[in-house]
Amino acid sequence: MTSRVIFPHKVLPYLLLVPQIAITLVFFYWPASQALRQSTLREDPFGLVTTFVGLGNFRQVLSDPDYIGSVQTTIIFSAATALIPMAIALVLAVMADKVIKGRGFYRTLMIWPYAVAPAIAGMLWLFLFNPTIGTFAYMLRRAGYDWDPLLNGNQAMLMIIMAAAWKQISYNFLFFVAGLQAIPKSLLEAAAVDGAREVKRFWTIVFPLLAPTSFFLLVVNTVYAFFDTFGIIHAVTSGGPGKATETLVYKVYNDGFVNLMLGSSAAQSVILMGIVIALTAIQFRYVERKVHYA
Amino acid sequence: MTLRGFIPGFVTALALSVSAPALAATEISWWHAMTGANNDVVETLAKEFNASQSEYKVVPVFKGTYPETLNAGIAAFRAKQPPHIMQVFDAGTGVMMGAQGAIKPVADVLTEAGATFDKSQYLPGIVAYYSKPDGTMLSFPYNSSSSILYYNKDAFQKAGLDVNAPPKTWKEVFEAARKIKQSGAAPCGLTSTWLTWIQLETFSAWNNVPYGTKENGLAGLDVELKINAPIFVNHFQAIADLAKDGVFRYGGRTSEAKNLFLSGECAIMTESSGGLGDVLKSGLNFGTGQLPYDSTAQGAPQNTIPGGASLWVFAGHKPDEYKGVAAFFKFLSQTDIQSRLHQVSGYLPVTLAAYDATKKSGFYEKNPGRETPILQMMGKAPTENSKGVRLVNLPQVRDIENEEFEKMLAGQQTAQQALDNAVKRGNAAIKQAIGQ
Repeated sequence: MTSRVIFPHKVLPYLLLVPQIAITLVFFYWPASQALRQSTLREDPFGLVTTFVGLGNFRQVLSDPDYIGSVQTTIIFSAATALIPMAIALVLAVMADKVIKGRGFYRTLMIWPYAVAPAIAGMLWLFLFNPTIGTFAYMLRRAGYDWDPLLNGNQAMLMIIMAAAWKQISYNFLFFVAGLQAIPKSLLEAAAVDGAREVKRFWTIVFPLLAPTSFFLLVVNTVYAFFDTFGIIHAVTSGGPGKATETLVYKVYNDGFVNLMLGSSAAQSVILMGIVIALTAIQFRYVERKVHYA
Repeated sequence: MTLRGFIPGFVTALALSVSAPALAATEISWWHAMTGANNDVVETLAKEFNASQSEYKVVPVFKGTYPETLNAGIAAFRAKQPPHIMQVFDAGTGVMMGAQGAIKPVADVLTEAGATFDKSQYLPGIVAYYSKPDGTMLSFPYNSSSSILYYNKDAFQKAGLDVNAPPKTWKEVFEAARKIKQSGAAPCGLTSTWLTWIQLETFSAWNNVPYGTKENGLAGLDVELKINAPIFVNHFQAIADLAKDGVFRYGGRTSEAKNLFLSGECAIMTESSGGLGDVLKSGLNFGTGQLPYDSTAQGAPQNTIPGGASLWVFAGHKPDEYKGVAAFFKFLSQTDIQSRLHQVSGYLPVTLAAYDATKKSGFYEKNPGRETPILQMMGKAPTENSKGVRLVNLPQVRDIENEEFEKMLAGQQTAQQALDNAVKRGNAAIKQAIGQ
C-alpha cells in the first residue's frame, strides 16, 4: 500500500503551482501553439500575404527527398554522438575508479569540457581541423592525407561528431562514476574470492548493474545529439558540404531563417516536437523508475 | 520551435531600447552588417551627419552578418517595429523587392522630402540593379563592389609567368594555374571566393549569357534558371578537373577562400574588390587584374554586376522621419563623402561626380588597379543578361548551387549533373517561393 500525504489546504497547492505554470505557458505552450498555427499557413517572409494550406506543409516536408536525407543524417549523427561518449566515458570512469591518489583532481579535469558552450566547442575543433586555417589540417595534409572536410562529407560528419562527442564525455563520465560507486563492494569481493578475474567481474557484475545508468545516458545523449548540437554544426560546417551534415534541427533553422520558408520550417519543428515528446515519454516510463541516483 | 515566437518579442524589446533616449532630434535607426574597418566608417558617417545638423539623429545598430541583418529586419517588421534604414546585401535585393507593402522606394523618400532626385548623377550599372523594371530606384546603393582577379607576383615569377601581365581569359587563368602547381611555385594555382556570385551571376553578365529567363528576374518573378547551358558546364567542368588535380582549391561558400590566397597557398584568386583592404594589410606582393572572361563567348567581356549591399527604407514611419532619412541620403551622396568612402574602403563610388573627383585627384595613377572594378561595370551599356540577377529567394538558390558545387568538387558528380540538379532544384524553389 502506498501512503499519501494529505494537505488540508485547498487553494495553497494551486497558488504554489502558479509560477511554474505561468513559465510553462509563456515559454512552451504559447510558442508551441504559434508553431502549430504557422505550420498550417504559407506566407511570404514579411507576413504580407498569408494562405491557409492545412496539412500542405507537412505533405510537402515529408515528400521532400532532402528531408528524408536529413533524417538519415540525423540518425547517423545521433547514434555516433550518443554511443561514442558513453564508451569512452565508461572506460575513463572505470579507470578513474581505480585511481587512489589525486582522484578528485582527475575527476575535476574530466568534468571541465562540459562547461564549454557548444558553439565554442565547435570553434575549437574548427580551428584545429579547418582546411584553410587549421593546425591539424595542415599536419594531416603534410602527412599526405587528403583532409578536406569542406568537400568531403564523411570527414565533415566525423569532425562534428568528434566535437559533439568530446563535449558530452564529461557528463557521461560523471554518471558512470556515480553508478560505479553505487555497486556494492561486497559483490565484487565475493566474486574475486570465487576466482573471477577483473575482466570477468566487469562483464558479469559491473556492466549489468550499470545498465539503468547506461539507458538513462542513452536517452539524454540522444536528446543532446538532436537538439543541443546546433551550435556546433552552425559553427563548424553550417550543414555542408552539400547537405552532408544537415540534421533535422539545422534544417528547421536553415529553411526558416535563411531560406525564409516559415511554414515549412514550422511544420518541421512540429514534427520534431513530436519526437521530443516521444523521447521524454520513454524516459519517464522506463528510465526514471530504474535509475538510482547515487 | 520556441525561437519563432521568441524572436519578434526580443526584437521589439531591442527596438524599444534603441529608440529610448530622450532627445529633441528625430531619431533615424540604421541597421547594418558592417564589421571591422567598415564598421568604423558607418560610425563616422553617422557622427558626421549628426554633427552637421540638429534636427535628426542617425543611430547605427550592428545586427550581425548580412543574412542575420535581413532576418532581424524581417522579424522586426512582423513585430511592427521596423528600423528606418536597413542594409541589405545584393542577394537579398529580390527578397526586399518582393515585399512591396513593407518598403518605401528611396526615389519616393527623396522626392517627397523635396530633394531633386536626378538618377543620372548615379553610376548607371548600380542604379539599374537597385531599380524596378520601370526605373524607380528602390534602395540607396551604399557599398557596391565588383569581382576582380588577384594574383601573387612572387609565385608568378617563380613559375616563369609574366608578372606584369595577369591572364585575361579563363583559359589563360587555368593554364597559368596548372603551370604554377606543376612548377611548384605554389601548392595551389587557383581559388575563388563566392562561387555563386562570381562564377555564376557575374560570369553570365561578363560573358553576356543569360543566368535565367525574364532578364535574370529583373522583368518578372517567375524565372527559370539557364545555368546548365554549355558555356557554364564547360567552365565548371574545367574547374572540377583542376580541383581533381589539386590545382584549384575550394575555400567555402562565401569569402573564406581569401585566406588561401593570403597565406600564399593559392597563387591566383577571384574575389570582390571590397576584399582589397585585407590583401593590402597582409603585405603580400600581389597584383590585380580585370576579371577573366570566357574567350568562346561572343562580345565578352560585357560588364560586371554589382555586389555588396544597399540601404532600404521601411514603410510605416512618420513623414517627419522620412525627411530625416532623405537628409541622410543626401548627405551620403555628397561628392567628398563618396570619394572618401571609395578611396578608403575599395567599394565603388556611387555618384559620377565622386568618380570624376577621384580621377582628377590622381588617385588611380598612384593606386593602379583601383579603377578596374569601375571600368568593368561601366565599360559597356548593360544588356538584358548583364543588369544583375534578381530572385525573390536568391539566398536559397545560392545555397542550392553551393551544395551541388560541393558535391561536384568532391568528385561525386560531373559539372553537367551539378548544374542540371541546380537548375531543377532551383526552379522548384523559385516556384514555391512565388507561390505557384
